[in-house]
Amino acid sequence: MIEISKLNAWFDDHHVLKDVDISVPANGSFGLVGESGSGKSTVLRTITGLVDDWEGNILVNNKELGTTRDKTFYRLVQMVFQDPFGSLHPRHTIDRILTEPVNIHGLGNSDSRVVEALKQVGLDNSFRFRYPHQLSGGQRQRVAIARALILEPKVLLLDEPTSALDVSIQAEVLNLLSRLRRDLGLTYIMVSHDLAVVAHMCDDIAIMNHGRIVERATAGQLAEGSLEHPYSQQLYKAAGGYDRAVVDSFVDWD
Amino acid sequence: MNTQTTISKPGLKQWLTSDTPRSRLQAKCGRAWLGWIKFTENKLAMIGLSIVIGLILVTIFAPLLAPYDPLAADLANRIQPPGADHWFGTDQLGRDILSRLIYGAQYTLLIVGLVAITAAPLGLLVGTAAGFFGGWVDATLMRITDIFLAFPKLILALAFVSALGPGLENAILAIAITAWPPYARIARAETITVRKSDFIEAARLQGTSNMGLIIGHIMPMCMSSLVVRVTLDMAGMILIAAGLGFLGLGAQPPMPEWGAMVSDGRQFLLEQWWVATVPGIAIFVVSLGFNLLGDGLRDVLDPRGGD
Amino acid sequence: MSNEPLLNVKNLKVTFNTPKGEVNAVRGVSFSLGRERLGIVGESGSGKSQTGRAILGLTAANGRITADELKFHDVDLANLTPKQWRKVRGARISMIMQDPKYSLNPVMTIGDQIIEAYREHHKVNAREARHRAIDMLEAVKIRDPERVFNSYPHEVSGGMGQRVMIAMMLIPEPELIIADEPTSALDVTVQLQVMAILDDLVRDRGMALIFISHDLHLVSSFCDRVLVMYQGHVVEELAASALHEAKHPYTKGLLNCLPKMDGDHSDLPILEREASWAEG
Repeated sequence: MIEISKLNAWFDDHHVLKDVDISVPANGSFGLVGESGSGKSTVLRTITGLVDDWEGNILVNNKELGTTRDKTFYRLVQMVFQDPFGSLHPRHTIDRILTEPVNIHGLGNSDSRVVEALKQVGLDNSFRFRYPHQLSGGQRQRVAIARALILEPKVLLLDEPTSALDVSIQAEVLNLLSRLRRDLGLTYIMVSHDLAVVAHMCDDIAIMNHGRIVERATAGQLAEGSLEHPYSQQLYKAAGGYDRAVVDSFVDWD
Repeated sequence: MNTQTTISKPGLKQWLTSDTPRSRLQAKCGRAWLGWIKFTENKLAMIGLSIVIGLILVTIFAPLLAPYDPLAADLANRIQPPGADHWFGTDQLGRDILSRLIYGAQYTLLIVGLVAITAAPLGLLVGTAAGFFGGWVDATLMRITDIFLAFPKLILALAFVSALGPGLENAILAIAITAWPPYARIARAETITVRKSDFIEAARLQGTSNMGLIIGHIMPMCMSSLVVRVTLDMAGMILIAAGLGFLGLGAQPPMPEWGAMVSDGRQFLLEQWWVATVPGIAIFVVSLGFNLLGDGLRDVLDPRGGD
Repeated sequence: MSNEPLLNVKNLKVTFNTPKGEVNAVRGVSFSLGRERLGIVGESGSGKSQTGRAILGLTAANGRITADELKFHDVDLANLTPKQWRKVRGARISMIMQDPKYSLNPVMTIGDQIIEAYREHHKVNAREARHRAIDMLEAVKIRDPERVFNSYPHEVSGGMGQRVMIAMMLIPEPELIIADEPTSALDVTVQLQVMAILDDLVRDRGMALIFISHDLHLVSSFCDRVLVMYQGHVVEELAASALHEAKHPYTKGLLNCLPKMDGDHSDLPILEREASWAEG
């Protein structure tokens, strides 16, 4: 479904992505893990056309992506952002937020589509005409997912979708995302700094550091803890909570 | 998406404060209602609002309220002090000052209203375009704005009126031309803050055009600051109009514009103080009203205070 | 470990007056703290941050603090004048906050801020203060203390900023540190490195620590005791080593709903909230 090869990107002379290769089959789920500055979010932004300076090949659904994106692309690929507080327009009702894409793409039946989209993410009709500030973080993120799904895309790019949420809400949202992938046959690329989240949600994982993929693993390999690259091992151990011996073994990867 | 057709008093309040609105209209009204409640808690702001509403009412009902024809000269009764017949006295042509004051309110409101509805949208458009597109669009638009901002408002207005010729319409035009630059600045600043937000990127990713983004997404975010600034500026606009009127460049005689009335009364200031002072006080009260209203609006609309 | 408690809190309540009515952020929290590390864990709305702030009298103006007892040694924290607070804050009890982007003054150099913190409570000349500040920067493992001393907060990374914050808060040598999500804004490896620094400093100086966080695992691997809060109440108190023996359904639910790296992709258990938990 998604084939990225030799992707390089620059921000003002900073080489932020270095020869990134990613391959995701249809209905697959691919995880990108890394710390801040690793370039993981930049990969997503390059796919969506928000990065100007890049080189390489990006194929989505066998179609090569160029410098601009058009409406057919937006009906194929959608994104869920990290910050539930920032990704919904504070002055728009939920109804407007969900109706706008329907109208832009001329899909019609906006009323029933909105109701259906809310149902899909587990929100009832009472939320429809509220404003974002009247919703909790988890509810906002559900609206963000509904918004992404209302155009019936095949690919969802998830940029740290649960990092800003409480742990118990995170579990609900992750379950929702798993169910949606199953029911709608979606393909995911999920970016996170949390190895456990990615291990739980994804089939294949790539670990990034300073713009480069340092290691790839399947969820199974991660479960066994069989990582080879020292950076990956460091990340793996760090996920286990505070352990003095572990910290003392850390190396600075700058 | 139904709204109730028969709404009784308690029903209306419930409709407005409902936690689960059933339509966008209900949601918007509910929000406005909450804003109104917050506004009414501010006593000074309510005073400001009353003054402004008073101005509007006086303007609408001028023919009913004014005891005399504002333009009717009565040379036998020149410069009468305030008394039973003429509550604020008469001016040098025997015209009733109270009536002139009441009719003059129309000019004040006209000036302030026309300037606001021309300068604010212009500033908003220029500012959002500059902030959104950046690059040479931003540079060009902002340099033009800077040129206008470089001149003190009154001087610039004077220059325009002198070029265009004296008269009320030209005065309004001149004031509008001097008023828009700060709005452009405000709109641009808000746009720059907002344009990197996730919700703008999300809208882009849905296929929203640039125009759609600016009008539907960015402009609503600028509205609060703009409304507050425009309201606060109204006092200044009144003063500039009065200044132009004072210099004979605004409303021409015999129009009872307040600034011109102050100018007329200058020569009698020491002994027949009321001719100049009464319209002066009117200018002061209305300016104060707009200032208090603007302050109150800012407390309610300030985006940093949350919704 | 703990002989006589430093801090005694009984029935602490914090209520906020908001336009929408009264909000009870903290509803009767009690605990005592010796020379140990206490973790307070909860999700958003649990009242954990407000508890920490109440101890230092940092509750917002529209909040009301009441307690049967709120004592630091013999000092009654519930009734201090601003002048008395100045002697306590920084000198005896200090607070480390979450994001150095917002908690460090952006227009002062780092060095100036640390010196200011130090000279607030110690009468020394400028040179001595500078010396102590550089020492403190070294103690938080900053490799180039002179350069950081002269930098502004926006010129250093998040992890470095947080270490600066720790330096600033520890330089007056307080007895008790309250750390409110001190590492939540940091990358995972940096998080642990910063905690190691805190670990050393707290141990070497014999300080007591209250560590507030949403991360149950992190807190239990770092602290001696853990309080679990839910909607303003403490629902469970346990030794950190006994976390797996947690009894309260909320604590157990919280532990269970975390994704694990065991290759199991089935749905995560959801936390079913009971109304009875909010009644404490």
